[in-house]
Amino acid sequence: MAATMRNVEEIRNRVILGEFGVKNVHTSDFPGNYPGYDDTWDMQKFQENFRINVVHLDESSMEFDMVGIDAAIANAFRRILLAEVPTMAIEKVFVYNNTSIVQDEVLAHRLGLIPIRADPRLFEYRNSGEESAEEEGSEIDTIQLQLKIKCSRNPRASKDSSDPRELYLNHMVYSRDIKWVPIGNQADVFADSSIGPVHDDILIAQLRPGQELDIIMHCVKGIGKDHAKFSPVATASYRLLPEITLLEPVEGEKAERLQRCFSRGVIGLEDVDGEKVARVVNSRLDTCSREVHRHDDLKNLVKLGRVRDHFIFTVESTGILPPEVLVTEAIKVLMTKCQRFLNELDSTDME
Amino acid sequence: MAGEGEKKPVLEMVQADGADEGCVTFVLHDEDHTLGNSLRYMIMKNADVEFCGYTITHPSESKINFRIQTRGGLPATEPLRRGLNELNDVCQHVLNTFQARVGEFKDGQEQPME
Repeated sequence: MAATMRNVEEIRNRVILGEFGVKNVHTSDFPGNYPGYDDTWDMQKFQENFRINVVHLDESSMEFDMVGIDAAIANAFRRILLAEVPTMAIEKVFVYNNTSIVQDEVLAHRLGLIPIRADPRLFEYRNSGEESAEEEGSEIDTIQLQLKIKCSRNPRASKDSSDPRELYLNHMVYSRDIKWVPIGNQADVFADSSIGPVHDDILIAQLRPGQELDIIMHCVKGIGKDHAKFSPVATASYRLLPEITLLEPVEGEKAERLQRCFSRGVIGLEDVDGEKVARVVNSRLDTCSREVHRHDDLKNLVKLGRVRDHFIFTVESTGILPPEVLVTEAIKVLMTKCQRFLNELDSTDME
Repeated sequence: MAGEGEKKPVLEMVQADGADEGCVTFVLHDEDHTLGNSLRYMIMKNADVEFCGYTITHPSESKINFRIQTRGGLPATEPLRRGLNELNDVCQHVLNTFQARVGEFKDGQEQPME
């Protein structure tokens, strides 16, 4: 009885990485699936078990553990981070002059992908209705940027030089050459937040003497679902916490070989009476490679698994918003989705 | 339901002929796995629900068919409403916990510098 209980617990709580496949992949703790378990939703139980631990946080990236939540909800947060947290990006490019070798449409695409530092929470979506498509943007939904640059010969270059950096002026167009042109009251409202490209060293085009660019750009608010340029993250992903269990003591040469099967720092060697004994030190560091299954004498001594409800999130921001703000915004987006349908349910009941 | 032509529908209810209120397919417009799967999880946690599942009709249509079948003739809107409320509460708790931990982490980072 105790053995079957342990088995059920394993099926419920662990994903097993076997030699020929992954077992217990899907969530199965629903009411009626397991006799003796009450799997109905219990908010109190959730709040007791749920925890978050921030591992690393800086301006552009963060890592945190989210424990005690189902993959369905953790995955919703990840998906929203990638595709539904809004940012500002260049959407319309008005090319007044482009004599460079980069075609207008290629240039426009390159410009669109540049991350623009502007808080999207302070802007509105531009109406996508057909009538308003021709309308000019206003100060609440549009940022205007200008790129005006011309390449010329450097009069002070030495005669026998062949280095373009010395021969020409302005021959490399960088994102730092993009200048913000405030609309309406924007100059006052965003006085202390400098709007413009996040990085100033993104190469946009190369010019030769006489070539020039004269471009006006409009940035609008959008989401990654519409175009990847609006995605606020470089990447957002999670992995499950690996769990490695030694089923039997592993000693001597076998222990050293076992250590080499895993990532560095996962398995430690302890000295017991002159014999090296393997011990799991930190399974979090493991990349879950299946190397150990290639050793016939080792593969039955260890059990590889992952903790089903322990998510190690990694969020890398593009620099527009700090990563912790992106996560809070993502959670709020999911709440907004719930509210949208709750409101709809309430309004249809009235009819 | 929502007026056609003038504004886009958000939620529709489809019922088979002769089916009771407990067997309903909801059409959630402009949604995908993000809300579909998390809401399915919350509703399947409800013991009054016999079946809950969803499909994406077609990759080029931005809507999902969300099916709920209940036990004992309970109207299917009830578990849907409850699921949405519970998912909202879960998000609220996750948000509060996250902000608290990030706050603590930032405080911890500042102290060693002093």
